[in-house]
Amino acid sequence: MTPSHRDLLLGWLGFALALALLPLALQSDFALSVASKIGIAIVFALSYNMLLGQGGMLSFGHAVYSGLGGYFTIHVLAAVNDGRVDLPVSLLPLVGGLAGMGFAVLLGWVSTRRAGTTFAMISLGIGELVTACVLMVPAFFGGEAGISANRVTGSAWLGIDFASQTQMYYLIAAWALVCVAAMHYLTRTPFGRLANAVRDNPERVAFVGYSTRLVRYQLMVLAGLFAGISGGLAALNNEIVTIETVGAHASGLVLLMVFIGGMGYFTGPIIGAIVVTLLQTVVSTYTHAWLFYFGLLFLVMVLFAPGGFASLLAGGSATLRAPGALQRTLPSLLLGLVALASLLAASVLAVESAYRLWSGSAKATLAWGTLQLDPASASPWLVAAVLTALGAALLVACGRIGPAKELA
Amino acid sequence: MEFALISLLNGASYGMLLFMLSSGLTLIFGMMGVLNFAHASFYMLGAYFAFQVSSSLGWWPALLMVPLLVGLLGAGVERFGLRRVHRFGHVAELLFTFGLAFMIEEIVHLAWGRNAVDYAVPAELDGTLFTLFNTAFPVYRGLMIVVSAGMMATLYLLLTRTRIGLIIQAALTHPEMAESLGHNVPRVFMLTFGMGCAMAGLAGVIGGNAFVTEPSMAAAMGSIVFVVVVVGGLGSMGGALAASLLIGVLQTFAVGIEWRPLAALGPGAADSVLQQLATLKLSQMAPILPYLLMVAMLIVRPRGLMGQRED
Repeated sequence: MTPSHRDLLLGWLGFALALALLPLALQSDFALSVASKIGIAIVFALSYNMLLGQGGMLSFGHAVYSGLGGYFTIHVLAAVNDGRVDLPVSLLPLVGGLAGMGFAVLLGWVSTRRAGTTFAMISLGIGELVTACVLMVPAFFGGEAGISANRVTGSAWLGIDFASQTQMYYLIAAWALVCVAAMHYLTRTPFGRLANAVRDNPERVAFVGYSTRLVRYQLMVLAGLFAGISGGLAALNNEIVTIETVGAHASGLVLLMVFIGGMGYFTGPIIGAIVVTLLQTVVSTYTHAWLFYFGLLFLVMVLFAPGGFASLLAGGSATLRAPGALQRTLPSLLLGLVALASLLAASVLAVESAYRLWSGSAKATLAWGTLQLDPASASPWLVAAVLTALGAALLVACGRIGPAKELA
Repeated sequence: MEFALISLLNGASYGMLLFMLSSGLTLIFGMMGVLNFAHASFYMLGAYFAFQVSSSLGWWPALLMVPLLVGLLGAGVERFGLRRVHRFGHVAELLFTFGLAFMIEEIVHLAWGRNAVDYAVPAELDGTLFTLFNTAFPVYRGLMIVVSAGMMATLYLLLTRTRIGLIIQAALTHPEMAESLGHNVPRVFMLTFGMGCAMAGLAGVIGGNAFVTEPSMAAAMGSIVFVVVVVGGLGSMGGALAASLLIGVLQTFAVGIEWRPLAALGPGAADSVLQQLATLKLSQMAPILPYLLMVAMLIVRPRGLMGQRED
């Protein structure tokens, strides 16, 4: 066993252990349900990155495969409820996976005929097509209300009946571990390398004798499988599947997740899934404008850190590992962090004040602890302006004194 | 006959509106290779700005001011956003415009709320232009055709008969050569992007009150316009015109037809999937027809109606 193999094995063991021990650290049910959502999002984001990161295919309709997988899973679950089918609930995500794969076989045959920008537009069109069809056949998709079923059903194996969120979390964690391992293995196979070659230089791959279209198609089918599994897990977790799961918004969300995390790294989509799900579940309880912050984060990442969080972390750790680097970079790093924090505070202040002014809601004042600000007065805007100026000045200073650029 | 003529006229006015959007998208794509995901968002901004301006100054000033405003905004986006991400490649540019579309929708949510606003056709245009057999054709529909045809003619003359048009065309196909002849190609790009956005804004001014001005209008229009551009052939202006009119007329006709195309699936059991498919009318299927057309086009002729061969 070579050292790199040992590192890899240790990494997987650590990941499994972290997944197993997480519920002990999380005390509340809310935290556990957030963790379950993160697990589902990780599988979905990694399956999306098979297309974008590995194959260079920018899809705007990936939620089609997870959503349809979810619909088939919930139907089979309902059949288990009625006693028409006898399947263990823990294996139902596989139904979703097969459904997602089946639709990828069908729809991918059309969409992978083209690559690049045209593929992106076709995937968007197919997403809209499927969403419109879902509304047209309420007998199967349940219209606006969706389809629901009960996951506490069938014969409980070893007393596991998925009545509690903890048991559901462990099911999701187990499936996530298997899927992440399988997708990681795929990146190291000859097929995974071939997909990278199709992304980087399709002409040359074609000259060597491979069909680039076939590679894209196979990649799409595999991505459909894992997306379907994530959809099946979401169906079991929520016990309902609605039209939002196939819609353009879900497709856009997974793209943002993968990009924010970093599509060039295997760990990128995992980081993105964690960050975005936390934004979605935790920040949205504090402010109605969370989607605005989310879009702002995305735009800032596109403009200044196109490699995502994963590349920031990798670049940062590489810089800090150099001898004497910590002393050199620490001042500029701290200054930069303060600058970013003050810019962030300024934009939050401005957005929240503007939101309260425009919406004219009852909660018209900004309250933070004992601090009260009236958005109709000049004070929050002045504070925001001062913070912006401070942040900008600090950023300039930061660029002057240190090798801050090395970090980016 | 009556149905056919009225549908044709309505389809033409809708198709021309689609062309106002798809021509700008094609121009920007042809020049910079950027698929502007936020194009329909500028259409939405045009409609909302027009609602705001027409409620204080009136509709006619809005018709003039709003396209300029949206165009300026677009030029700013190109100058301070797109130009920056240009060096990261086309995927980054596409993602930037995607994020921008996301942000614009959120800003509209925050500024004007989640429901439709009451952006109405001005009273002096709210009449009947002529009556064909027994169906009235509204003045406003006629005005939509006139405005979009006027814009089309202006664009054509600008691109083929003026000096700036020649430079734009040169920068389209040979950017390096145009640059070495002393033309400021980045500025031409900014101008073109702003022009495309201004056209989208104009479409928003005249389309927003003909249809509904709501936050989801950008997403709905955006995906149709993408279908138009794929069906017409990426980067082809003539293809965009043909596909716009085709899809406009197709959708308008479908809305009025009660035929059940899947009736052959037979009368299945009540409330079964087959029974629901068999009773679907063509009018109910109108929203998916453009997408079906796109899929059919990709199978039969992947490069679109008038596109260049890619592979």
